[in-house]
Amino acid sequence: MSSAKNININLKIWRQKNAKSKGSMETYKLDNVSTASSFLEMLDQLNEQLINEKKEPIAFDHDCREGICGMCSLYINGRAHGPDTGITTCQLHMRMFKDGDTIFVEPWRSKAFPVIKDLVVDRSAFDRIQQAGGFVSVNTSGNTIDANATPVPKHDADKAFEAAACIGCGACVATCKNGSAMLFVGAKVSQYALLPQGKVEATQRVLNMVRQMDEEGFGNCTNTGACEIECPKGISLENIARMNREFLKASLK
Amino acid sequence: MAKSALLKSSIVKKYWMALTGLFLCLFLAGHLAGNLQLIFGDALQFNQYAVFMTSNPAVKLLSYLTYFSILFHAFDGFMLTYQNVKARPIGYAKTNPGANSSFSSRNMAVLGTLILVFIVTHMVNFWAVMHFDKNMPLMKQTVEVQGQKQELFVGRKVGEFYQVDQIQLEGEAPNPMMPKQITIKNGTDVYNIQANVKIGELYKDLHKITFAFFQDAKTGLIATILYVLAMAVLAFHLLHGFQSAFQSLGVNNKFTPAIKTFGKLFAIIVPLLFAVIPVYIHFFK
Ligand code: HEM
Ligand code: SF4
Ligand code: FES
Repeated sequence: MSSAKNININLKIWRQKNAKSKGSMETYKLDNVSTASSFLEMLDQLNEQLINEKKEPIAFDHDCREGICGMCSLYINGRAHGPDTGITTCQLHMRMFKDGDTIFVEPWRSKAFPVIKDLVVDRSAFDRIQQAGGFVSVNTSGNTIDANATPVPKHDADKAFEAAACIGCGACVATCKNGSAMLFVGAKVSQYALLPQGKVEATQRVLNMVRQMDEEGFGNCTNTGACEIECPKGISLENIARMNREFLKASLK
Repeated sequence: MAKSALLKSSIVKKYWMALTGLFLCLFLAGHLAGNLQLIFGDALQFNQYAVFMTSNPAVKLLSYLTYFSILFHAFDGFMLTYQNVKARPIGYAKTNPGANSSFSSRNMAVLGTLILVFIVTHMVNFWAVMHFDKNMPLMKQTVEVQGQKQELFVGRKVGEFYQVDQIQLEGEAPNPMMPKQITIKNGTDVYNIQANVKIGELYKDLHKITFAFFQDAKTGLIATILYVLAMAVLAFHLLHGFQSAFQSLGVNNKFTPAIKTFGKLFAIIVPLLFAVIPVYIHFFK
């Protein structure tokens, strides 16, 4: 990291006291940010500065800080997870920015993801969609069958695995001009639809998950493809097409 | 469950969008084939095509399907757009949409609305004139009769012509000295006045009003320019729309690259050929 240097940046960050208050963009100046630090470390540094100034630190979501939990959720300079592809916010580094840059940091914007505080949004809508059908029934009476005992064609297994890589971060919703959750729901539907274990509930699953998705107030996909590009896990639009097929099949049953 | 889902689900809205959109693409291809006769055919062929379009029962059914598709596509599009605007009540302070999506894909509703405005104007200019205008001209042709050139009304049967001054026109004061034998009813039907029977049928001269429309000294140029612009809008709508319809219907497989290529060609070639016609009429005829 010999190429690391320190930069001074300006930040415009969404501050909102709680779910009910109005909120606004606030401007901050932060000096001596190492380009080797991650974006979240930069925010930690800003929060230390705020605490030293006896100001309220900025609330933002994070957990694993290694791109697997999906908690970090920042809309940076007009893009979900910031100016890079195939990454979560915690994997974004300050080397992507230049000295003197002004960086906009906003929460995910969606009716279904209300802001709780500052940059933290409530993504439990995803949980409810998942609960509506994102599961398989397993016999747990003591004679559980080992998953590997059921043969799965390699091609299907690969596709299911790719779909299962979705970490539920919500970047697809945040980035979509329609606030549509179809990449997420498409991935969750596909992950089961492709496997023999998922066949039993296949019909009800897609109908229930799509119904829940609509009830949560997400928008409708118009195939702009923005989600696929911003998704940190490279979930493909093929999954939305598969969900559309599954939905048609299930509706006609 | 399944039934109610078929009426109001997001995905069903998309199916309808895609089905009506693709049907309209078929309509465009058919409409274009007819219009190209303005360049490659003569006036008679074009007017015969117009008759075929308004009288053949199968074509009539298709035209009703087309009206339905346009209305439903537009209605469904507005519903979809409304749902999408509601889904993000508070927008972003900073956006960078070009980083991950195409211009067309982001502006389908605006492009579609412009197309709707165009379709309505287009129908007022041609369809309504053809169907309802009392002054819609009937087709005449210059024919040599006994070495003399004469302008005659063209009948629908081969070799069927009527002398213009033989016909008692509507509103024309009858000449008691020389009462005329035939008149025109229902726009194009030729009637024997005394017997009150139909003896033939003429053509409405859609070819003539189309040429007049784009060659008009005052408004022809602006009409041509607006028409070309409308076709550019259509091209952008189709640039995203054609391939998008297949994705909506769940088709995303090994044929997708071919569908995308075909869609791009369709989106450029079809509107371009439509646009060439008024340009040809205005500048080269
Ligand atoms: C000849 C005229 C038209 C043709 C051939 C056409 C074709 C299409 C096609 C193929 C699609 C893609 C469907 C899909 O993604 O599932 C589409 C989408 C759409 N169209 Fe049209 N359309 C026409 C006129 C209109 C009009 C008049 C409007 C609105 C007033 C409109 C508004 C829309 C909207 C809002 C979408 C959805 C955007 C999307 O899904 O990406 N279109 N159109
Ligand atoms: S599909 Fe991608 S962007 Fe959407 S929630 Fe899953 S991982 Fe995040
Ligand atoms: S904090 Fe877990 S993915 Fe970013």
